[in-house]
Amino acid sequence: MQRFVDLYQTLDETNATSAKVRAMADYFASAPAADAAWAVYFLTGGRLRRLAKPAELRQWVLDLTGMPDWLLEETYSSVGDLAETLSLLLDTVLAPPEQASEPLHVWVEQRLLPLRQQAEPDRKRQLIGWWTGLPTGGRFVLNKMLTGAFRVGVSRRLVVRALAQASEVEPARLAHRLMGHWQPDAAFFRHLLDPKDHGEDASRPYPFFLASPLAGEPGELGARSDWLAEWKWDGVRGQLLQRGGDCYLWSRGEDLMEGRFPEIEAAARALQDGTVLDGEILAWDDDRPLPFNVLQKRINRLRPSARMQQRAPVIFLAYDLLEQDGGDLRALPLTERRQRLAALLDHADGSIRLSRPLDDPDWDSLARRRDQALAMGTEGLMLKRLNSPYRVGRTRGDWWKWKIAPLTIDAVLLYAQPGHGRRSNLFTDYTFGIRDGDGLVPIAKAYSGLDNAEIEQLDRWIRSHTTERFGPVRAVEMQQVFELAFEGLAESGRHKSGLALRFPRIARWRHDLGPADADSLTSVRELLDSIRSGY
Amino acid sequence: MSLELIRPGRRGLFCEAGDFHIDPWRPVPRAVITHAHADHARSGSDIYYAQHDSVPLLRKRLGPHSLIRGVDYGEPFRLGQTTVSLHPAGHILGSSQVRVEAGGEVWVASGDYKRDPDPTCADFEVVPCDTFITEATFALPIYRWRPVAAVAGDIHAWWQANAAADRPSVLFCYALGKAQRLMAELLAYTDRGIYLHGAMVPLVAAYRDAGIAMLPSLPVSAAGRGHRFSEDLILAPPSAAGSPWMRRFRGHSTGFASGWMRIRGNRRRRGYDRGFVVSDHVDWPDLLRTIRETGARRVLATHGRTDVLVRYLNEVEGVAAEPLETLYSGESDD
Ligand SMILES: [Zn+2]
Ligand SMILES: [Zn+2]
Repeated sequence: MQRFVDLYQTLDETNATSAKVRAMADYFASAPAADAAWAVYFLTGGRLRRLAKPAELRQWVLDLTGMPDWLLEETYSSVGDLAETLSLLLDTVLAPPEQASEPLHVWVEQRLLPLRQQAEPDRKRQLIGWWTGLPTGGRFVLNKMLTGAFRVGVSRRLVVRALAQASEVEPARLAHRLMGHWQPDAAFFRHLLDPKDHGEDASRPYPFFLASPLAGEPGELGARSDWLAEWKWDGVRGQLLQRGGDCYLWSRGEDLMEGRFPEIEAAARALQDGTVLDGEILAWDDDRPLPFNVLQKRINRLRPSARMQQRAPVIFLAYDLLEQDGGDLRALPLTERRQRLAALLDHADGSIRLSRPLDDPDWDSLARRRDQALAMGTEGLMLKRLNSPYRVGRTRGDWWKWKIAPLTIDAVLLYAQPGHGRRSNLFTDYTFGIRDGDGLVPIAKAYSGLDNAEIEQLDRWIRSHTTERFGPVRAVEMQQVFELAFEGLAESGRHKSGLALRFPRIARWRHDLGPADADSLTSVRELLDSIRSGY
Repeated sequence: MSLELIRPGRRGLFCEAGDFHIDPWRPVPRAVITHAHADHARSGSDIYYAQHDSVPLLRKRLGPHSLIRGVDYGEPFRLGQTTVSLHPAGHILGSSQVRVEAGGEVWVASGDYKRDPDPTCADFEVVPCDTFITEATFALPIYRWRPVAAVAGDIHAWWQANAAADRPSVLFCYALGKAQRLMAELLAYTDRGIYLHGAMVPLVAAYRDAGIAMLPSLPVSAAGRGHRFSEDLILAPPSAAGSPWMRRFRGHSTGFASGWMRIRGNRRRRGYDRGFVVSDHVDWPDLLRTIRETGARRVLATHGRTDVLVRYLNEVEGVAAEPLETLYSGESDD
């Protein structure tokens, strides 16, 4: 495991993206496949569940060090990370050796995973033995594997770049192979880096193509006739797969939304096998979307009752066809994909429907149409270049979201502090950040926008996910993404991002997004540039 | 507790029997100063008493016209009805503990201190006392320092690796004490000159005047226009991080030398590439050891985690302890 510990330390100790990618690429190129598979698993956010309870680990460290419980608690609240606290405290009683022995996959497969079946005294005895045999960095990594996620400032995108550097496989294909569920073993890793094409796993979705915000007038995009326009639906982006007789519904956050939208899954079974649709999950009534909070009632609800399905009906509104008859259509121009999609769904009025293109003939009439977005229950328009392929990730140029004012960005909650007066016992003042390299930089504070139930829910989350306290301010785990609405954007020295939002407020809590989906300093700067150039 | 020899007053720690303050935060008639850090040495008092070596440093902070009386370590002098003497605290050049004796009672105010050897200042001296006023900046069990010579080796290796990749190495550290200590410890690894941020230049000069051997240094401003610093080590105060001044060092790697770097989150939040754990404050094991060695029956804690130290001393060590409210900020960058 020493190599993985060293890799972790290198990643932790540098802020330079290129150095992180190089370190991972070196590791992937040289580590045994069985170890590298687990490294990919952990670095892309995978975790091992139910190995040992954090309370047990704490108790075992208390037993070892003999320190009072309150002192561990004080230390923990100062360090903010349990895995780190425990490894620093172990240092005080167990002199750490130089090197960790046994490869990573042996640690995970033969030591950690079997813990699930063992009784407390056995797990304690083993843990103490393992701690004793590991250097400080190894204890930390072990504790991390036991307690949860590895947040080491690398995004999935960077892991993909490193894998591409270590192999001859292009990033898009690697990203695809990393979608969905997979078993981290040597065979998987070899398959991942195999330059040859072979059938991918049936449940695996395609990487999503994401639109960029259009801040000015669309005239500069060229002729209206080169573009497809449709409403920008305000739901949960999803990919619906019908393959091998099974249906898989993925959200953009790469959650398999199995069992939550039975009406969509049922309708998918009527599709021909080998079909993949890109679209939006929406709460829908007759011919129009219902407000987002209606959909919210369904998002986390497994096996909703018939009554719930009736009160909050959902549909999958398809706007792209990525696969047909098992063939990958992504390289085809949008016109062709849409023609096939329309042929597939034209008469559908059930739980899978077609997002219809808007036929306003020129930009002016389209702009007037956009003015009705609110009335239509949408966020504005999408503009998609008709001759473009389906790309990967947020590639600028072919897909634009032409939202109605206000401007919005997706930002990550960094800090929280209690409000004033009536709300002084709740965390209601928030600081948000956007991605910068692999870190996050603060960009805005916002106080309002959530309803009372959400405030209470977020307050509870903040209390149990605090990583550090600075007086009344709490730093929290960087996980929750919020859509911030604002009226303007300007340079400013007030935030570390160098940018300030005018009248920022929370538009909504994006349960469906993770921190890697948040906007970046680059994307917000581009937004600023496009506002400035009046385009 | 026969006598409260020293107690917190509006203007600082006050000794009524001697009619003087220790490290006052507002102007007073007589101030005994433990050391020249900003939160301990403030201007405006009528007369200052301090150890000889810290007088030049204090002059820079208090202004050229302040009345400062230099005193030797261990040289007793009378203030009111008390006998006062200064003893090495091992914190920075000229740093002192203040021993106050009156009516058969001995109190020691530690100021900031550490027990690790430091080539830039005299070693800490254990001064037996009845009541010990101690700092508690790093009073948590996770704070324990590796030998600074080993950390200097890590810094040197980081500098070499950066130089090999044509990257300037910018190391942030506290400008008074930490910078000079690192420059002295690095002598074991190299004699190559380094560059200093302007704020450090006069302080380094003061240490050289006191005869402290350190790496040769030049102000960054003395480098030629075309100089790229790609193989250089540059020391700068933490306040320089992220400032336009940093633009001179293209492609730089940043490090921060501080006891706070023991915690990953502290480094990651500030965005440094490397954290080096070096402190001029006492760590947890030495804090407890020192309290035992003074033989004090009573401990008053200031600076930092007083709450933790006070509770631990009372409940685990069986020593009567209380927090003492002061305005010392603690070296937040230390
Ligand atoms: Zn100090
Ligand atoms: Zn201090």
